[in-house]
Amino acid sequence: MPDKPKIGFYWCASCGGCEEAVVDFAEDILGVVEAVDIVFWPVAMDFKKKQVEALPDKSIVATLLNGAIRTSEQEEMARMLRRKSQYLIAYGACAQLGGIPSLANQFPREQLLRYVYEEAPTVVNEAKTRPQTSSRNNGHTMTLPEFRNVVRTLDQVVEVDFYIPGCPPTPKITKAAIVALLEGKLPPKGSVLAPDVALCEQCPRKASKPADLSFTQFKRPHQVVIDPNLCMLAQGVVCIGPATRGGCEAACPAGNMPCTGCFGPTSRVQDQGAKILSSLCANIAAKEEKEIPGILAGIPDPVGAFYRYGLGKSMLRRKAGLPSETVKETP
Amino acid sequence: MSDPNWQPRIVAFFCNWCTYTAADLAGVSRLKYAPNVRVIRLMCSGRVDPQFILDALAKGADGVLIGGCHLGDCHYVEGNYKTVRRFQMLQRLLRDMGIEDQRVRLEWISASEGERVKTVINDMVEQVRALGPLNLPQQRKDWDREMAHPAEPAGEGQLAGQRAEPEAAHA
Amino acid sequence: MNPEATKVWNQASSGAVAAAQAERRRVTIDPITRLEGHGKIDIFLDDQGDVECAYLQVPELRGFEVFSIGRPAEEMPQITSRICGVCPTAHHMAATKALDDLYQVEPPPAARKIRELVYNTFMLEDHALHVYILGGPDFIVGPQAPPEQRNVVGVVQKVGVEVGKKVISMRRRLRELIAYFGGKVIHPVLGLPGGVSKGLKPEDLPPFKALAKDGLDFALFTLQVFKDIVLKNPDYVKLITSDAYTHRTYYMGLVDERNRSNFYDGLVRVVDATGKEYAKFPARQYRDFVAEHVEPWSYVKFCYLKPLGWHGFEEGPQSSVYAVAPLARLNVTDGMATPQAQKAYEEFFNTLGGKPVHHTLANHWARVVEMIYAAERIVELINDPEITSTNLRVIPSAKPSVGIGVVEAPRGTLYHHFETDAEGLITKANLIVATQNNAARIAMSVEKAAKGLIKKGNVSEGLLNMVEMAFRAYDPCFGCATHALPGHLPLSVSIYNRQRKLLRQLLQPA
Repeated sequence: MPDKPKIGFYWCASCGGCEEAVVDFAEDILGVVEAVDIVFWPVAMDFKKKQVEALPDKSIVATLLNGAIRTSEQEEMARMLRRKSQYLIAYGACAQLGGIPSLANQFPREQLLRYVYEEAPTVVNEAKTRPQTSSRNNGHTMTLPEFRNVVRTLDQVVEVDFYIPGCPPTPKITKAAIVALLEGKLPPKGSVLAPDVALCEQCPRKASKPADLSFTQFKRPHQVVIDPNLCMLAQGVVCIGPATRGGCEAACPAGNMPCTGCFGPTSRVQDQGAKILSSLCANIAAKEEKEIPGILAGIPDPVGAFYRYGLGKSMLRRKAGLPSETVKETP
Repeated sequence: MSDPNWQPRIVAFFCNWCTYTAADLAGVSRLKYAPNVRVIRLMCSGRVDPQFILDALAKGADGVLIGGCHLGDCHYVEGNYKTVRRFQMLQRLLRDMGIEDQRVRLEWISASEGERVKTVINDMVEQVRALGPLNLPQQRKDWDREMAHPAEPAGEGQLAGQRAEPEAAHA
Repeated sequence: MNPEATKVWNQASSGAVAAAQAERRRVTIDPITRLEGHGKIDIFLDDQGDVECAYLQVPELRGFEVFSIGRPAEEMPQITSRICGVCPTAHHMAATKALDDLYQVEPPPAARKIRELVYNTFMLEDHALHVYILGGPDFIVGPQAPPEQRNVVGVVQKVGVEVGKKVISMRRRLRELIAYFGGKVIHPVLGLPGGVSKGLKPEDLPPFKALAKDGLDFALFTLQVFKDIVLKNPDYVKLITSDAYTHRTYYMGLVDERNRSNFYDGLVRVVDATGKEYAKFPARQYRDFVAEHVEPWSYVKFCYLKPLGWHGFEEGPQSSVYAVAPLARLNVTDGMATPQAQKAYEEFFNTLGGKPVHHTLANHWARVVEMIYAAERIVELINDPEITSTNLRVIPSAKPSVGIGVVEAPRGTLYHHFETDAEGLITKANLIVATQNNAARIAMSVEKAAKGLIKKGNVSEGLLNMVEMAFRAYDPCFGCATHALPGHLPLSVSIYNRQRKLLRQLLQPA
C-alpha cells in the first residue's frame, strides 16, 4: 500500500487567517485528511521540527506556507521547507505579495520600535527599555529573534513553485489547488492557482459597470450609502476589482463593500497598484488641469488604496531612503 | 560613499507627434544639451503606463521625463488628458514612497519647440544632479545584506503570476 | 603584576565567576502549542532542581499602530482585522465603534442590532473553537495524555465522530451567518461609522432563526459535555482548584447599564481581588486606568492599572496586575442578561465557592457559560422585528479628530484608539489588545505552575504540558497581543546542566 502523499501547512509572519481558512473546509476536511498525510499544521496539530528536519529532501509533496517573512527564523524555516518539499506553495496574500503587514515597508523599523515601546499614549517607560535580542535578567540570559528592516514575500527569500492568492484564500480555490496537486494536473511552475480573469468577470454587479468610466468624484465608503445592486465604480466608489484577479467570486461586494485587491493581479499585470492607479485616474472627468487635484483628493491615501496587500511585491517594494542597519547583539 | 563620477541617468518617454519631433528638431538645429537622457519614443504620452515609470526607477534610473503634446493638441484627442491625470496621482504616490517630485516630470512640448527640449532636459538634469543618485538596485542590495543568505536572482525577478525562469533548482 | 593589570584581571575574573555561578539548569518550552500566535517559555531551575523562575516570552512584533499612519480611518476596521485571523471580527467591531466615536455618530437601532447579532455569533463560534480544538483537548483528552492525542482528533475519538461532526457543522453555519453580513467570515467588511454596509432580507430570515435555535442547543450541549468529562472527574476538579493555577488579581470586563456582562458595548468595570468595584469608566477614559509596562525579554507589553503604578509580576494587596476574558468577565458582572446563562453563572459560582473565582483553569468553564449567553442573545436578536429593517446608516458629518472604541473580544477587553487629521486620515493609533491585558498574569501563571509542578529536576513531557495549560487557559492570542511584526519562533525544550551540557531535549508539539 503506497504511503499517502505528505502535505504540510506552515505559518510565518501571519495573522492566522490562512490557517483558519483551512479549518473552514469544515466537513470537507475529513476528505482531505483521508487522502493525505498532514505532517504538520501548527495551529491545530502537533509536529516536531526535528521530525521534519529528519525527513529526506523533497519527501513532502507540498508545503503551503502562509505569512510574510520578517525574521531570521522565518527565513531559516522557509529554506528548510524548500529543501524538504517538492512543491513550495506561497499560500495567501502575505506570502505572495507581502500582505497588509508589508505596509510597514513605508516606515523605518526604528519608528515602529520607538512608538510601540516609548511613545504610545499608554506606555509608561521612563527608562526607555527596549526588547533585546539578548538580555540578562536575574542572572539569566534571554533571547528574542531578530526581525528585519524589510518585510519580504516568500519568493524574495526562496524559490516558489505556485501561489494561492487571497486574504485569505477561499476554501474553494484551496481545495481546487490541493486536488490539482494530488492528481498531478498542475499548470507551469510559477503560476497562480486561481482563475486568470479580473474580478469584474465574476462580480454580480457586472451588468452595470460603465463602458465609459468618468468620475466626477471619488466617494469614500462612509460618505455614501452604497446601492447593493450597482457596480461600485458606477457609484463613484473606489473598487480595485478591475485590477484584481478573480477567484473569490466577489466576496466583499457581496457584503456591499468594494474590493480592496487582496487576490493580487492577473498574470498580465506586473504592478497591481500602478495599474489600478492608471485605470481609475485616467478616467476622471476633469478637462482642465486645475480641476484634477480636487477629484483626486477623493483618494487621500494612494499607497493604502492601491498597494494595501501588495507593497512588498510592488516595483518599489519599500519607501526609498529608509535605513537598513543590522541589529547589533547587546553585550 | 558617493561615486564622484556619477552622472544622472534619466529615462524619457516622448510622444511621437510632438515631443519626439521637437527633439528631432533640436538635433537638426544642432542644439547642445545634457547627454544624460535616454529617449523612448511612444505614439502618445497617454501610452505611458505608470508601470513603465516605476520599472525605470526600479532598474536604476535617477529620474523619468514624460513629454507630450499640449492639452487640446493630442493627435489622439484624449491621450494627454489621461497622462496628466495619472501623473498627478503618481507624483503623490511617489512622494509617499520617498521619491522626490523633481525626479518624475511631465512637460508639454510641441513639435516646433526644439529649444524647449533643450531647456527642460538641462534643467531636469541639474535638479536630479542636486538630489543625487536614487539607485534603487543598490538600495535593494543594501537591504538584502540583513538576510543570512541574499535572495537568489531567480527569486528577485520572480513576480506574482509570472513564470519562473528555468534556473537551476534552489538547494 | 602592576596594579592596573591586577585590577583588570580581578574584574574579569569576578565577572567570569559570576557568570559561571549564574549558570543554572534551564528548561525551555519551545514552541507553545495550540494557541494563536507564537510563544516561548524559559524555566530556570536552581541547584536543587526546583524552579527558581520562569519567563514567558512572546517573540513577535508587527507595527499596526505605526503603519496605520496616513490610512483613511474608515479603512481601519478592515486593516486592524488583519491583526488576527482567528478573531478578526473583534478588531473589526472595536475599530467600527472607534469610528462611531471619531465621527460622533450613532448607528440606527437596526444597524446596532445587526452588529450585535454578528458579534455574538462570532463569540459563540470562536469560544467553540477554543473549547473543542485549542484549549479544550487538555481536559477532554487529559493533560497527561500523549501529545499525538492532545488535539481535535483526540477530542473526536473521546466524544465520538457524531459529536465531532456536530461541532464542525455548527461552527460552519455560524460562520456562514457572519459571511452573509460581512461578505466573508475571515476579515469581514460590514463595519462603517454610523452603521453597517448590509442588511437582512426577510426571505433570508428562516434559516437563521433555525440556526439560532440550534446554536442555543449546542451551547447547552457543550456545558453538559464539560460537566460530564471535566466536572465529574475529581482529578480535574482538583487541578482546577489547585494553588498552582490560582492568582488573586484585579479583573476587568464590559458591563451594561445594569452591570451585566455585554460583549458588544458598555462601560469598563474593574473589580479587586475581593470582588469589590475598583473603577467603572467609559472607553474614552481608558488612558486614566490602563498603562503598559516594557520588559527587555519580551516583545509583548504588560498592562497594569495605571493609578496603582507597576509593582512587578506580583499578586496581593500591592499588585496592579489585572486579568480579562471569560473568568474575569464573570467576576466583574453582577449577573447574566439572559436566563439560561444566568442559571449556568449561578451554578459556576456556587460550585467554586462564591465570587470572585481566582482559579485560572476555571476560564474554560466560564467560556462555556459565555457560549450560552451569546447563543441566547442571538435568539433574541434574530427574533427582533427590527432586524430586517433597511435603515442601516447615518452618514457622518462632524469633523473627525479622536475616536476610542472598546469591545469584549473572546480573549478579553479590546481597546482601539484613533486620532486623525481633518480629512479623517490616521495620525496616531493605539491598540490595547485583549491578551496584552492578561500578559502579566499569564507570565505569573506560567511561573507559578512551573514552581508548583516541577520539583527536584523531574521534568516530564506531561508536566511541561501542564505548565502550558496555565497559559492556554487564557486562550491567548499572541498575534493580537503584539500586533506588531509577524514573527514565528518554533518552540522546543532544552535542558542543560550547569556546564551547559545538553542533558535532554523534549520537543513539544507545535
